[in-house]
Amino acid sequence: MTASTSGRPRTVHVEHCMGTVFSIDVRDEGSWDTAIADVVQWLHHVDEVFSTYRPESVLSRLQRGELWLPECGPEVAEVLALCEEVESTTGGAFSPRYDGRLDPTGLVKGWAVDRAARMLDAAGARNHAVNGGGDVQLTGEASPGAPWRIGIADPLVPGTLACVVTGRDVAVATSGTAERGAHVLDPRTGTPVAELASVSLVGPRLTLVDSYATAALVLGDGAQAWVEGLEGYDAFAVRPDGSRWQTSGWSARV
Amino acid sequence: MRRALLAVVTTAVGLVLLLSFKTHPVTTVAAPHVALKDTSGGSTAGAGGTRTLTGRTADTPFGPVQVRIRLRGNDIIEAHAVKYPQGTPQDDQINSWAIPQLDQEAVAADSASIDMVSGATYTSDGYLRSLQSALDKARA
Repeated sequence: MTASTSGRPRTVHVEHCMGTVFSIDVRDEGSWDTAIADVVQWLHHVDEVFSTYRPESVLSRLQRGELWLPECGPEVAEVLALCEEVESTTGGAFSPRYDGRLDPTGLVKGWAVDRAARMLDAAGARNHAVNGGGDVQLTGEASPGAPWRIGIADPLVPGTLACVVTGRDVAVATSGTAERGAHVLDPRTGTPVAELASVSLVGPRLTLVDSYATAALVLGDGAQAWVEGLEGYDAFAVRPDGSRWQTSGWSARV
Repeated sequence: MRRALLAVVTTAVGLVLLLSFKTHPVTTVAAPHVALKDTSGGSTAGAGGTRTLTGRTADTPFGPVQVRIRLRGNDIIEAHAVKYPQGTPQDDQINSWAIPQLDQEAVAADSASIDMVSGATYTSDGYLRSLQSALDKARA
């Protein structure tokens, strides 16, 4: 749906996919219906390939040994290679295995949103936001001269914001212990992580930002020093007792 | 209307709360401030340059939900669930605190001038669909 309130062009689409909500928000003049339809088709395609809930998905068949990796197509190979890279970068705090099974779910959504934003770039959009269940890729700016404003949900007080991040061409992801209503396990030990209620990461592209946020939750307070050492990334965390920490570059982003 | 999406997205958090705390003991019980009314979706002009918009009814696992918003210019100044699951004591207990909270969130989020929300717990829900359809009408 296209709108032009306050003289600012805006096309918004909300899509339910992968058990969550995706929002696509283009802030350029023009008709983006075709580009958005392509993005929506892409998201559903990713779900069909990577869903661990669909027994007929490529990933489910790979898990059951009905397919060999070379038969799974370039997307699966790309995602698994990225997973390996992140597993190595995070010292195993991120893992593409769950309960002994191959499960790249922790990387797929951010990767799908990242790619969706690239699709909008290729279609000629310069200013857009794609939000996949609370993990966001921002491109350009919200309106001429104004950066995007991204609220970080307060994990302890639902419906309120813990802080606001602003930025252009930036990705924001938040990982929390209450995610999906289940415990998040440390893949290195198999025990539930509990040090942080949530941790948010900011960086250039959502594929890594999202998977790094997952790793940061597992690392707990140790994530602060880890993210300090990553160039171009910052982190903000809320502990269950309400105390908070952030990396040194965070304040420049708010 | 640039803030509308945030209202929708933040509201999703509220519904997660509503769903996931189904059996959580309720400590604060206020009287439901909206009556159950079955209204057809539509828009009416009100006093003082405000507009009232009613979303389509959305089905949820717990029953139909319908949302109405009031706007002054492009700002949401009020949000109400006009139809929501009722009938069991548990439904009533949840509604007494969850629905007002969802309504407050829609308004609070809108006034924060945020474009998007990053948060850890999101899911599909009927409140969002219903609110979104009301917002879609606001944009049309």
